[in-house]
This record gives sequence, C-alpha cells and structure tokens, in this order.
Amino acid sequence: MEYEVIVVGAGHAGCEAALATSRCGHKTLLITGNLKNVATMPCNPSIGGSAKGIIVREIDALGGEMGINADKTLIQMKMLNSSKGPAVRSLRAQADKVTYPQEMLKTLKNTKNLYLKEAMVEDLIVEDSMVKGIITNNGEKISSNIVILTTGTYLKSDILIGSTRTRSGPHDEKPSMHLSDNLKKYGFEILRLKTGTPPRIERSSIDFSKAKREDGDRELYTFSHDIKPLYDVDNQEPCYLIYTTPTTHKIILDNLNKSAMYGGLSDITGVGPRYCPSIEDKLVKFKDKDRHQLFLEPESLYYDDIYLQGFSTSMPKDIQEKMVHSLPGLENAKILRYAYAIEYDAIYPTQINASLETKIVKNLYTAGQINGTSGYEEAAAQGLMAGINASLKLKGKDPLILKRNEAYIGVLIDDLVTKGTIEPYRMLTSRAEYRLLLRHDNADIRLREYGYKVGLIDEERYKRFKNKLELIKEFRNYLKSTKITPKKEINDILNKIGSPTLKDGICLYDLLRRNEITINILKQFNLLNSNYDKEIEEQLEIEVKYEGYIKKIEREAEKMLKNEEKLIPSDIDYDKVKNLATEARQKLKQVRPTSIGQALRISGVNPSDISILMVYLRKKYNE
Amino acid sequence: MNDTIAAISTALGVGAISIIRVSGDDSINIVNKIFKGKDLTKVKSHTINYGYIIDNREIIDEVLVSVMKSPKTFTKEDIVEINCHGGVATTNRVLELLLTNGARLADPGEFTKRAFLNGRIDLINAEGVMDLINAKTEKNRQISINKLNGKASNLVKELREKLIKIISNIEVNIDYPEYEDIEVLTNEKILPEIITFKNDLEKIIKDSEDGKIINEGINVGIIGKPNVGKSSLLNALLEEEKAIVTDIEGTTRDIVEGKINLGGLILNIIDTAGIRETDNLVEKIGVEKSMEIIDKVDLIIFVLNNNEAITEEEIKILNKIKDKNSIVVINKIDLEKKIKLTNYNKKIIEISVKDNIGIEELKNEIKRIYNIEGIDTKDMTYLSNARSISLLKQSLLKISTSIKNIEENAPIDIVELDLKNAWELLGKIIGETYSDELLDELFSRFCLGK
Repeated sequence: MEYEVIVVGAGHAGCEAALATSRCGHKTLLITGNLKNVATMPCNPSIGGSAKGIIVREIDALGGEMGINADKTLIQMKMLNSSKGPAVRSLRAQADKVTYPQEMLKTLKNTKNLYLKEAMVEDLIVEDSMVKGIITNNGEKISSNIVILTTGTYLKSDILIGSTRTRSGPHDEKPSMHLSDNLKKYGFEILRLKTGTPPRIERSSIDFSKAKREDGDRELYTFSHDIKPLYDVDNQEPCYLIYTTPTTHKIILDNLNKSAMYGGLSDITGVGPRYCPSIEDKLVKFKDKDRHQLFLEPESLYYDDIYLQGFSTSMPKDIQEKMVHSLPGLENAKILRYAYAIEYDAIYPTQINASLETKIVKNLYTAGQINGTSGYEEAAAQGLMAGINASLKLKGKDPLILKRNEAYIGVLIDDLVTKGTIEPYRMLTSRAEYRLLLRHDNADIRLREYGYKVGLIDEERYKRFKNKLELIKEFRNYLKSTKITPKKEINDILNKIGSPTLKDGICLYDLLRRNEITINILKQFNLLNSNYDKEIEEQLEIEVKYEGYIKKIEREAEKMLKNEEKLIPSDIDYDKVKNLATEARQKLKQVRPTSIGQALRISGVNPSDISILMVYLRKKYNE
Repeated sequence: MNDTIAAISTALGVGAISIIRVSGDDSINIVNKIFKGKDLTKVKSHTINYGYIIDNREIIDEVLVSVMKSPKTFTKEDIVEINCHGGVATTNRVLELLLTNGARLADPGEFTKRAFLNGRIDLINAEGVMDLINAKTEKNRQISINKLNGKASNLVKELREKLIKIISNIEVNIDYPEYEDIEVLTNEKILPEIITFKNDLEKIIKDSEDGKIINEGINVGIIGKPNVGKSSLLNALLEEEKAIVTDIEGTTRDIVEGKINLGGLILNIIDTAGIRETDNLVEKIGVEKSMEIIDKVDLIIFVLNNNEAITEEEIKILNKIKDKNSIVVINKIDLEKKIKLTNYNKKIIEISVKDNIGIEELKNEIKRIYNIEGIDTKDMTYLSNARSISLLKQSLLKISTSIKNIEENAPIDIVELDLKNAWELLGKIIGETYSDELLDELFSRFCLGK
C-alpha cells in the first residue's frame, strides 16, 4: 500500500481527519480539488455558536485542531447564553476567512506523515466489500488501507440562483461529478440535500450609522485549553444589527415565483434545513412578523466583504439587488457576491456505524456533510472521530465511541447513525438530553483522557491537564476544610449580602450552596483567599451550586447506560419478531441497533415495540 | 408463534348466555373441530355462524359462533367467540372440549396482555380493560369505558402539549441566542404560564382522585368501645344495601369486612379487629387499635353510646379525628340519654340501630362528604388508578420545584430541567416515555418470561 490512510477533501472534516491519522503515526494522503481552499469557510465567517462552541471545546480536548486554529485567527469573541445556565454557555468567534485557511494549511504542511495532493477523486478501489484506495478523474490509482471521505457539498453539486441551475461547487469550484454515482454502485443509498448562503456586501458601500453596533465581550476567552488568548480585547471587529423593512418584504413577496425555491426551478429535490431558512421562507412561514433581524458580519481584515447573516436567498440577481437596497444603511450597497442555494448528494447516515466506518464498505469512513450534517464544527468533530477510529482500526484496537452523556460529539454521531436525517443536521443544545453534563467548562475533564490514550494529546498537554485536576481537588479540600464561625463581623457581612446569618459554624463549600453567595463575593469580603485560576474557581462553583441537578442527570445517564448494555445480538432476524409495528420493523432492519438503548432512540420505534423486542430477546436468548 | 388461549369471558352463573373466547393462530381450526355447521375456516371474517358444539357425535350445545380474523380484533389475533346457551355445566364442557383440542386455558388478563403486546391498545387502555373487568358499579364502568376509548390518554396528551410549548420556547431561546426577535423567555415571563399549567394539573389530580374513589371506593373504619353497637351498625348497613362481597382481601393489606354500594360509592368496611367480636377488650388496647385504624382509613365512623357517660379514651379519639373525614354517631338513642358532649361542634348523628332510626341520615352524610352526586358521571375522563395518580402527583411536584427555582432566580436552563421531568412523567402515564420500570411493571403484571 502506498498510504495507510487517504482523506478525500480538505474542508473542516478532512483537515481534522488527516491531522489525526498522521499525528497518530500513519502515513496519510490528503487529496483536495484546490489546495488554496483548505479549511475555507464558504458560508458564515464564524466558529462556534450555541452548542457548536462546546463541540469546538470537545475537539480541542481530544487533540483536534479547530479550537487552536480559531484562537489564532479570530477577530471577535463572545460568550453566548451566559445568563441562561452553566450548561448552555457557549463561545462564538468571528473568524478571519483569510487567515483561518492559511493557518490550517501551514499546520497541515508542518505535520509529519502527512502528504497533500491536488486532484478530484471520482471512484474508489473496492475489493470484496473492502476499500483499497481511490481513483482520480485522471484515472490515477492510489492505494491505501483506509479511505476517509469528507467531500462536503461537492458531490454533484448544483448552484441555484433564480431560474438558473449550474453544476458547480461553492464559489465556482469544480464539483465531483461521479463519486456519488459510484457510491450508489457499491450499494449506498444517496440523499439530496440543499443549503444556502446570503449575499456579500462591500464594506465601504454600507452606511453603518443606521445599524446597531454589536461588540465582542470585554472578557478574554479561548477555545483551546492550552493557549493564552492571542487577541486584544479592545481591538475586536464589531458586527452590526439591522432589520428588514416593509419594502424588503414587498419586493420579496412580489417576486416570490422567481425564487429558485418557489417555482423559479421546478426540479428541486434537495431538502433544506428548517433551522436555517432563506429569507423567502421566513416571510412565507412567519407572515405575522413585520420585520426580521439581519447581522452584518465582517469576513476578514484583509478584504472588504461583509456577510449579510439572515438574508440567504435563491432569488435572481436583479431581485437580490432590489432586496439589498431596501435595507437600512444598504441603500447604496454594492453586492460583491450574490446569494445562492446549493444542492448536493450525501449518503443516508444510517448506513454508517458509530465509528463512522460504513456498514457497506469496510475500511471506508465518512465524515461531515456527506453524512448529512451542516456546519463547520459538526464536520470537524466527525473528521476527528473518523481519523481517531481509522487509526485505532489500523492498530487493531476497538473504536472510540463517545456516549451521549460524554460529549456533544457522541450525541451528534449517535443521532446520525441511529435516527438518520433527511435535512442537513445541525447540533442544538436541545438534542443533548444530558447537556448539564456536557458543558463548555468541563470539556477537558470529560474527554482529555481519551485524547491522551489515542495519542493526540502529548505528555506536556496531558501533564497540564492532570495538574488542573489536582488544583480542583486542592481547592475543593480547601473549601470543605475552611470553616467560618458565627462571629459578629461575619454575620454583618452576610447581612449586607442579604444572606441569612449563621448560628453554627459552616464550611465555605456549604456556604457557597446559597444562591446569593459566589466565590467572587466571598473574595470581596475577604472570607476566601484564592490564588486559583478563574477556571478552577468556576469548576467548583458549578459543582457546588448545581450538585443536586448534576447528580440527578448522572443518575438518568446511568439508566440510559444500562439500556446500552442490553445488547441485541448482531444476527437477530427482525422478521421473526412477531407483532412489531411495520414501521418499527423496517427501521430496526435498517439501523440494526447494537443495544436496546440505541433501539429506543430510533424514531418510529415506539416503547411498545421495545417491549415486544425485549420479550422476544428474553424468550429466544434466555431460554 | 403465540399459542391459542381460551376462557369463559362472562361471569359464571349469571345471565342466559355465556361466551367463551378463543384467541390465537389456531383458534378457528380448533373451534371448527368441535363445530357442526358451516366450515368455519371458510367463512368470512366478522360473521356470526349458527350451529352446534359436538363431542364426537354428541351435541353439547346449540351455539352462535363469531369468527373474527386478525388483525381487526381485540387481541389482533384470530378470535372466535362461542355464545353458549346451556348454563354453567354445558359451558364448562365446551371449554374442556376446546382445551382437549389444542387450546390452553388463558391466564387472568391474558387477552388484554396480548392486545397490549400486539400493539392494539396502549398501557392506559390496558388498564382500562382491567378496570372494566373489575367494575362493580355503573359509574365505575363509565370511567373504564372512557379510559378504553382513549379519552384519558387525550387528557394527558393535552397536558403534555401545553408543557412542551413552554419547553420548546425556552429551547429556541437557548439555541438561537443572537435572535432578539424571538421573545426572550426570562423567568418572570414563564412564571405565569407555569402557574396556569400547575392549576390545570391540580384540577385533573383532584378529578382523578374522585375517579379513584368511584373506582376503588373508600375505606371506612367503624370504631368505638366494645358493645357500643359497631357490629349491629355494620349489619344494618350491609343488610340494607346488600353486601357485595364479604370476607375477601381488599386493595389494602387489611381484611375488608364487607363492601357496601352506597348509590354508586363503594364503602370498603375495614375489619376493626373485634368489630364482630363481643368479648370485652381492655379499654386501652381498644384505644390503641382505634388510633391505628384512624390513620389507615379514608373515613371514620365513631360510634358512641347514648346510654353511657363519655370516657377519657373517647375524648382522645374525638380529638384525633377532628381533622379527618369522620362522622360521630351516637347509638342507642332508644335508651336513656347519659352522654354529654361538650366542645364538639361538628355534626353528630343520633341513631338507634335497634329501632332503625337515623341509618338513612348516616348514609346521606357519607354521600354528602364524598359529594357523590356532584361528580359528573357523563364526562368521566379521569385517570382513576393509583399508578396514574401517583405519576400526576410526581409531575406536579416537579412543576412546583420549577416554580420554586424561578422564585430563587435560578438560570432558565435549570428551571427547564424540572419542566422536562414533568413532561416525561406525564409520558409514562400513556406509555410514551420508555422506562425500565414500566417494562418491569408490565412483566410483573402480565407474568411474562420465566
């Protein structure tokens, strides 16, 4: 074999996959259609967001690259949901669209065992249902033990603007014309998906005085657990908020039939994401709203494009001009790039295992949009896991499958392979039933050990992590062993804070349980001496304040894990399980869940079906 | 493959006909073997066929046989029902014939079990059938029928929908933090919504408890000194209303001395250990025993003797029952009045069991306390079994916790946790939330597996 691993596609998934396998010591080839487009951000200029920011933290905890690369290149940083609870806090960065890919390319080039190549892959070499390499559009064959497909939106992609359909990748890149047909030939069921992107506006043509300025947070943050912030808190790029006008709405509604999605094109089969609707969709679906929010986001410090978030559309160019000019401050705006929708092929994700190896072709892994997801972070997370599991397979070890109570990444992959998807899948906090455990603040505590074990976290980073755990323990002991007594001066302080006075002695740990008491307040009144980092203090504060809830969720997770342990024999014949509902039988045959726990999460499989399945298993396998 | 089960589906010894139900893959074949008339394997589904049940050549009974083929049947299996006309002995003979020809005697509730396992009915329906089988009064029967129709399921579904609306609004706010035009739900804004929901839930719990009273009846303890007339009062009540059952185990672990149907309300008279005995219990033991009973039952009937001065022990008991559903009865008003009750301002009913005075008034008082006429029997969509009510109450508890959290200004994500729990608990009632306990409960109820 020429390579141990070939990664096809160098987007966010492909970069993580290739870095993971090469860093784990495997000779890896990363093939992309255009080396200038490594890790580009063809849509929004941001990394993170609700739930997604936590995914980036998890990627970093496991030894992936996205967090560090975003820290190196961000131009604005915000902590979202900071008042809504510890579990839902999440970072969002405006990342520079020029430097982000540059930095990633630099990292790829400097990585041992990793080779880069520019080519379009159009077929696989498959023997006895096992992949042996790839074939490029020039007919070149390259052999490898493992192939990871991270093809993004490039499979037979069509760009849709108004009534025109053009076979093309994003930003006029070449699409892959035959790979998805060839996948079909090997037995994969292909899914058609659709997504869209809004217009880009020239910065100097916008009158920002009519928009509301949105600045970054005044506090410094990083995605990475290992580096100090690299940006200047006083020198962040602002975003701006504007609203659509009645004129905008009139233009859109008057021209609705010209939109590719509303009759402009009659051959659209792709299913778009409900959570990311075009502006036409928003107007049609939320008729009673007299305005919609739009954000003006800078794409880069190095060029002039402003991304018009919330205004994705597939209207023809002349209508787009009118629509943009109806917006406050954009009366004279110059559109640098028109909005478009893109249709592309993906595979039904129930055809892959939780390790991201496909069920149909052995040693073939898939990650990112080809699996039906949407979003840079979702892609990177899968790329990293595909890389990790490819490496583990090459080493003859069991795959790393993160559980739903361990990581958003676990929720993401479990949802994909268990429930499948018919629209581009985006991570939402509400998809994670144990989200109180899956926090921004404890990503490393949850996952760094795994990263170390698979070989992506080096000794130095691991030592730092172990040290952090030590400090948490130390600080906890300090809080538990430091008692304060009901002295007058202490009760005076408590009175001032509005907290009940003490009758008996109490340790600081227990005092912190009170809602109105925080570590900061204790420090302020000199009741607590702490030289610990903010993150250590935060860890303890969350632990103390939400202990009851965290314990409860942990118990629920344990219950779930018990169902995960109830394994379903891989040779089960669902046709022999009498009385299953037709839909349930069909879904069970398709997904072939490995455990009762997984079976329970399949949509269309009802609790009564599970009861029937359990009865069957008890009868058949216990008797 | 499921084996074929058979059982007599009507109460033995009651009514002119009795029905034997057979369910399973072989039911039509088995019945056909002992049926003289049309070939049942060839008749259309959902037909009634006239003929005879025969043993070899001997005619056992003249019958009507309903043939219902899978899946549109109660169990979703092939079902045959035989309408026998010949009384208990013949019916039993027909059943025996079925058993010797390949059917198995059904376990109690097994038809329902199959209906559930085959997806014909959900858990709440299954409970409805159970209740219907056990129904003892007309009101009781109406609740069961509503349950069977899924009205109770709908009630819970509506509750869940209301709750999921609040929850999903919170979720949207968390997942799309940058969108200001989605109404930002702060604790203050959701508080009134949650309180409204809590009121709805409380109302349903209240109604359901009424339903439970109708379904399971109330446990009544008759207490009083020996020889005060407890047993004769019991007999008077039993005699008048004709005891439904005597000396059977009740729903509690106590022995039910007798059941009385009081205009639709079932009174389970709990044995008060010695109520029927005429021996002279030492007073002290009597008081202790009485105190125990007071804690256990729903309604206390405390009998005093008109002809004797009140004792200290009796005053103790009067104090104890003040805050409970209780009726103080003074018996033996046919004799000279020696009793003097001071400081007791609740209603007292004076009776003479011997002369049959005041019994009617006592019964009316019981009806008044439980407002039996006030419960609307037409729309009896209550969740009347203990399991459902307990889940409703647990759900209410979660809602209350979330309200407490809002008042303490906890983050909305924490507030939502209890709302979600409440939603899941409601789901358990209708079997929409899977849980091990539910399955275990099913396995234990339906004796599945080994």
